[in-house]
This record gives sequence, structure tokens and C-alpha cells, in this order.
Amino acid sequence: MYNTGKVLTGLVLFVGFITYPFWGGEASPVPKLQKPEKEKQCIEPVAFMRAQHMQMLDDWRNDVVRQATRKYTAVDGKQHNMSLQNTCMKCHTSKKEFCDKCHTYAGVSPFCWTCHVPPKETT
Amino acid sequence: MAIDRRDFLKVAGLTTVIGLTGGGLELLRPGDLDASAPGHEPAAAPGAKQWGMLVDMSRKENWQACIEACHNLHNVPSIDDKKEEIKWIWQAPFQEVFPGSESAYMSDVMKARQFMVLCNHCAEPACVRVCPTKATFKRPEDGIVMMDMHRCIGCRFCMAGCPYGARSFNWREPRLDALTLKGGRKINLEYPTRERGVVEKCTFCAERVDEGKQPACVEATRNGGLVFGDLNDPHSEIRQLLRVKSTIRRKPEVGTNPSIFYVV
Repeated sequence: MYNTGKVLTGLVLFVGFITYPFWGGEASPVPKLQKPEKEKQCIEPVAFMRAQHMQMLDDWRNDVVRQATRKYTAVDGKQHNMSLQNTCMKCHTSKKEFCDKCHTYAGVSPFCWTCHVPPKETT
Repeated sequence: MAIDRRDFLKVAGLTTVIGLTGGGLELLRPGDLDASAPGHEPAAAPGAKQWGMLVDMSRKENWQACIEACHNLHNVPSIDDKKEEIKWIWQAPFQEVFPGSESAYMSDVMKARQFMVLCNHCAEPACVRVCPTKATFKRPEDGIVMMDMHRCIGCRFCMAGCPYGARSFNWREPRLDALTLKGGRKINLEYPTRERGVVEKCTFCAERVDEGKQPACVEATRNGGLVFGDLNDPHSEIRQLLRVKSTIRRKPEVGTNPSIFYVV
């Protein structure tokens, strides 16, 4: 094989370069989200909300728009109005400090806000 | 293995016969393959409502207030360009609202009158039939012709299908900025806007009706110009009124069975 040295060095450098995010440096810190001031507890436990909120919002929109059901009964038995603008965002009053922070970190861009109106940002 | 002409024709003929009588006809039969052919809408639930409205044009009303109540609540932008305007409820002259019923010698009152028009929430809605994604559908429990904006692909079949021009397409972003609509009004933060590329229309205030309230336009009337109620309930106010008043509907000949009745 010609240029074994160069080829191998190149390969090692290439592999090193593309795997850098896995071994080099520290992972970027998990974003700190703004918590609601008034409420201590979200409508479902935090772990569930963190993992499932997207699924839940998807179910909500189908329930509200297509099934004409507007009340959601949480695990603790409390009832909530299924509404992104009128339920979620009444506690999480900042899209920038809550939704966007984590979505940017996770590299996802949901298209909720092309229609839904975020609360007025105070900052 | 060789196959002679005679055997080939035998097999071909047999295949054709099987295809035509078996699988072939199965495909041609009306069924699930039709996107939404007539008669394939889910049947209305037993005891279902059919919301309807009586528009009494003989009453003195501030009709403009009804329009504003609706458009403010639902974030309907005000766009002056006729080709791009968005309207849920609006006013139009007799010959536009009841084409074919106008007479050459119509009274001056009729000629001058601007009629309130909105989505007819038809019992047999053409828009629902043509929607390829079922973004427009008829709620089986109360007959509201509803739109699921999440599903609308903006093909505008429904606009072509609707005989009443009750649907508007968002040619441009309806928002000016985060808090303002096109035309300068502030956005109602309790209701979504729409986005560029979807069709929208009156929803009979489904969000209010679900809470047991009256539609916003009806609430804005002062002298009973608009009456909202269940057409399937013979004891409802609207049915009582329909029994004593002579009413007409828009384009009954197209067979959509509209739920809006007019006292002209």
C-alpha cells in the first residue's frame, strides 16, 4: 500500500475529529428553566412532563379539535382546560425562558408558535 | 420451457376474467378507497344536535358590532385587498347572498340592505366532502363544520367546494408581529392565529359553545337579530321562531342543507 503512514494518520485524525463530541470537552450544561412563581406542581409529575409533554400536547389538540373534549383529568384527579395558550402558558409565562431554552438545547424546533400566540414577554 | 401462442392466450384470458370478477371489481367498488365520498361521513350520533342560526334582517342591529366581536375574538386580520381578505362573518348585498332570487324591481330597502353572512354549517357540507386530509370535518355530536388547522394543507379544494364563499385562504402571514395582526389590531392572547397557507372560516365559536356559551356574534346582538340554537330540538327557541317566521336559506338548490335561516 502506498503512503501507509499518511493514510493511517489521516484516518486517525478523521475518526478523532468526527468522534470529538463524544470524548472531548464537557457536555454543554443542561439549561436552567424558569419555574412558575405561583405553582409548585405541574399538572402531571415533572418526570412525566419532561418526557411526554409533546405527546400530551398532541393528544390534547386531537381531543379538543376533533373530539370536542376540553377537560383533561390529571393523575391526581384535578381537571384542567386542555389549552396551550390558556393553561400551560398561564404558569409558564415566558416562552423564551421556558420552551425555547430547552428546545434550543435539544435542537428541536416545534412549530407550535406559527399559530399559537406566546404570552407577552416582559424582558 | 416454451409457451405457444394458444397457451399464452388461454392464460391471459383467464387472468383477465379473474381480475374482472375478483380483485378488479373489488377495487372499483365504492368503499374505503374513496377519500370522502358522499355517504361516508360518520353518521350523526343518536340524539345529536345540529346547531343553527336565524338571521333576522328585519331587526335593527349594529351588525358591524357582531363582525367586530367575532374578528377580535378569533384574531381575524383586517386586510383591505379583496383578493387576500380573511372573513369569518361579513356583510353582502341581496344579489350576492341569494343569487337567482333577486327581482328586477326589488324594493329600495332590499337593494340597500347588507345581509349578514357566515359559514352555513351545512347538514351536507360540500367542503367536508372534498377535503383530502379531513382537516375540515363535521362534528358528529353537534353538526358544527369544524377545521383542524394542524391538518390543513392549504389545497383550497374546500374553497372551490363551498357554494357560499365562506372560506378564506391565508395568502400571507396574518400577524404583523408577535402582538399585532395585519390591519393593526392587537392579538387576543387567548386564541391562536392562523399561519400562512391554511384556509380558515367561522367555527360557530366551537370553543364557546363547548362551554355552554352563545357564539360571539350572537352575544353582540341587542335586539334578537341573531338567534342560535339546536335545530334538532323541536322545543328550542330557534325552532319556535322558525315555526312562525317565513325564512329562506342561501342557495337551497345546491343541496347542502344550510343551517342558517334568514328573515329578509
